[in-house]
Amino acid sequence: MSNAILRLEGIRKSYGEEEVLKGIDLSIGRHEFLTLLGPSGCGKTTLLRIIGGFVAPSEGIVWYDGTNINKLPPYKRQLNTVFQKYALFPHMNVFGNVAFGLQIKKLPKATIAEKVKKILQLVGLSGFEDRDIESLSGGQQQRIAIARALVNEPQVLLLDEPLGALDLQLRKDMQLELKKIQTALGITFIYVTHDQEEALTMSDKVVVMNKGEIQQMGTPVDIYNEPKNRFVADFIGESNIIDGRMPADRRVVFLGKELECLDGGFAPDEAVDVVIRPEDIRVSTTEGIFPGVVTSVVFKGVHYEMMVQSDGFDWMVHSTLMEPVGTQVYLTLGPDDIHIMKKVAAHE
Amino acid sequence: MKPKRNIAGKVYLFLIFLFLYAPIIILIIYSFNESKFRTWSGFSFKWYIELFSDTKIMAALYNTILVAVVASLLSTVMGTLAAIGIHGMKKWPKRLIMDVTYLPVLNPDIVTGVSLMLLFVFLSIPTGRLTLILAHMSFCIPYVILSVLPKLKQMNPNIYHAALDLGATPMRAMWKVVLPEIMPGVITGLLMSFTLSIDDFIVSFFTTGPGVENLSILIYNAARKGVNPSINALSALMFVVIMCLLLIINKRTKTNVDIMF
Amino acid sequence: MNKKWYAQPYILWSILFVVVPLLLVVYFGFTTKTADGSMVFSLENFQKFFTPAYLEVFLRSLWYAFISTVVCLLLGYPAAMVLSNRNLKSQGTMVLLLVIPMWMNLLLRTYAWLTLLENEGLINQFLRFIHVLGEGESIQFLYHDGAVVFGMVYNFLPFMILPIYSVMTKLDQSVVEAAEDLGANWWHVFRRVRLPLSIPGVMSGITMVFVPAVTTFAISAILGGNKVTLLGNLIERQFGQMNNWNFGSAISLVLMVIILLSMGFMSSYEKENEGGGLL
Repeated sequence: MSNAILRLEGIRKSYGEEEVLKGIDLSIGRHEFLTLLGPSGCGKTTLLRIIGGFVAPSEGIVWYDGTNINKLPPYKRQLNTVFQKYALFPHMNVFGNVAFGLQIKKLPKATIAEKVKKILQLVGLSGFEDRDIESLSGGQQQRIAIARALVNEPQVLLLDEPLGALDLQLRKDMQLELKKIQTALGITFIYVTHDQEEALTMSDKVVVMNKGEIQQMGTPVDIYNEPKNRFVADFIGESNIIDGRMPADRRVVFLGKELECLDGGFAPDEAVDVVIRPEDIRVSTTEGIFPGVVTSVVFKGVHYEMMVQSDGFDWMVHSTLMEPVGTQVYLTLGPDDIHIMKKVAAHE
Repeated sequence: MKPKRNIAGKVYLFLIFLFLYAPIIILIIYSFNESKFRTWSGFSFKWYIELFSDTKIMAALYNTILVAVVASLLSTVMGTLAAIGIHGMKKWPKRLIMDVTYLPVLNPDIVTGVSLMLLFVFLSIPTGRLTLILAHMSFCIPYVILSVLPKLKQMNPNIYHAALDLGATPMRAMWKVVLPEIMPGVITGLLMSFTLSIDDFIVSFFTTGPGVENLSILIYNAARKGVNPSINALSALMFVVIMCLLLIINKRTKTNVDIMF
Repeated sequence: MNKKWYAQPYILWSILFVVVPLLLVVYFGFTTKTADGSMVFSLENFQKFFTPAYLEVFLRSLWYAFISTVVCLLLGYPAAMVLSNRNLKSQGTMVLLLVIPMWMNLLLRTYAWLTLLENEGLINQFLRFIHVLGEGESIQFLYHDGAVVFGMVYNFLPFMILPIYSVMTKLDQSVVEAAEDLGANWWHVFRRVRLPLSIPGVMSGITMVFVPAVTTFAISAILGGNKVTLLGNLIERQFGQMNNWNFGSAISLVLMVIILLSMGFMSSYEKENEGGGLL
């Protein structure tokens, strides 16, 4: 734990009857790029605002570098935030915005000017000091918001869906750039997003949240390949999720077939969720495990997305080869393509 | 987060409200005072009875209501039509006409009053109820336009075209499709006109004729002579009426205070 | 879309009831009546206006309006701040309570103070009751300059509070949070963010108080008796007792030009302020 810069301990938050955070424990390492990922309303933004000091937790402690900072108002916290929709000061120019934090700290004018210049260079907006905020494009405003936070040299930067308002291409560019900045400065980023692709691209660690609880924590690869439950599997990438049961370890029964798999440790005949990624399914017109008929085909750029109806179940299949609608096909799965998940009590 | 600051703020706000309402509340209380003098000598409806038997005050009340009803109805019709027309105009004629529309809103009331008085004399229209109605319309119409225009902007222009496309005549499309859409704005405009009209003093003062008083002018003439208990009773009644009108307008416009001033 | 004709009656109306009347004011202002009753072009009215006696009235009106505006701003700004606090309960009711007096007849509101302020009024009675004043003594609250300024403040205070309040509630809360995040405490946030961003509201508040204050004649007539003459009273007298419409029109013209100019100045200032940095 000594390497953790921030530690959340049993964080709960309720608004009246509604509990938006149900006991979050989380430790965030130095130099780590951590992403809070989840659908809207999962509590990820509330959690970020608790760390930033804008919302007080109902229960639990926020530890920063070993100190309890629950009572510390935002302006005394050593962290900085990049806000949703930027929240730039509309009545100041670029310099005024970026220099704001330094001016509050009453640094000498020359130092401020130099730091602003340097940070603008870092975000690729050298010489923009005198520009009005309104004259900037969305992407430029985004960079100013990042510069305004980073110029204060925080150890931790909080980012609340910072790329949400940008168009797709710009978002992709900024993802790479943010990752580059984080690596270059070697500080901790806590990044909130509902975009799973964004989370997987940039993060060292992803925390998947739903309904105020952490569903799974891990590296992007772990989360993608080994989703812990039906919710994570469904939220991260597209999946076929089928009800099944485990007659014995390494054996699973679903859709009327008994197949070999790699999972074990369930009670005999325990009901489970079977998760199969669409890209793991092989399609053949001659032989396979599940016979079916192609009911729709959509071209997705790199691959085709086909729906195959087999014995009442609609499979989603990604394949680089196209089979026309109406074709009789067979679907094949290997043991390592089948992911078995414990059923969650409440249906998510 | 800052309880002390909050309490101080609430106390301050309370004092401001006290300042704003104290005289009105005292006025209402004293309208039930038995005595003509400032000392309290018992509860009584005396002044209200006197008020309703005072033919001069009743005539002023009649004038006020007549002018307000006629002026606000006519203003609403003309203002709504004008708003629809202005909405469909091209950029620069629209700007020109909007500038003219804003003139009575921005111009000091006293200048509006004086200018209209000159007009009525120039056209030799005898001053009286007719000129009062015309004068009130001239400052009410802009408010109708300003409350209808936003509704027109919010409206999807295609619904008018859709009605035409489905075979409605332009008249019918306007009546059956556009008007219901902008109705909230029209009603707000009507209520505002009515309130503005019964509220007006300055413009009325300059545009009325001999012997025709509305309540504002009556109060002005009475107030210059000091306190008069019948006027207290009248003020109390008017206060209640205006408050009810505003509550209705407020319900309609929800939290949008911008249109109120 | 051929809906333009809907505006035709209104266009005719505006010409007849807005444009022509104003042209008449201009015409009367620039003419004088000769002995035989005909009108001749003349600048006499304006020359008369700029003589010391009338100039004094003019400057007095500006000065009282100025004082009222400053007092309204000092009283109103904090009130607007409290009112716009998001933790405040029943905000809607409070705003309505502010709006009601604005729409109440100005004469009623002014008249209401008579009961309190007269020599036999409640305040003097109360002061006698607690023996601050002796029997038969009274403080002369009414019929002097102070009463007029007081009446202006009372009548126009809501017109200062509401526009400021309205701008403050539109303030993006995340901008305040951003400032706090960057280390700004309450005072810094106020000084560097809330205050500069509320300036447009202050500007329209100033306009909405100053304009009616400088043109009023009812407040000065009721609370000032005949002892306080303002521009409004001067105009009223020209069209009443003095029966000098030409001079009255000239004063109205001066008033109108000053007010439309200052409004133009205010609105251009607001626009400028939207984009640029002021503080």
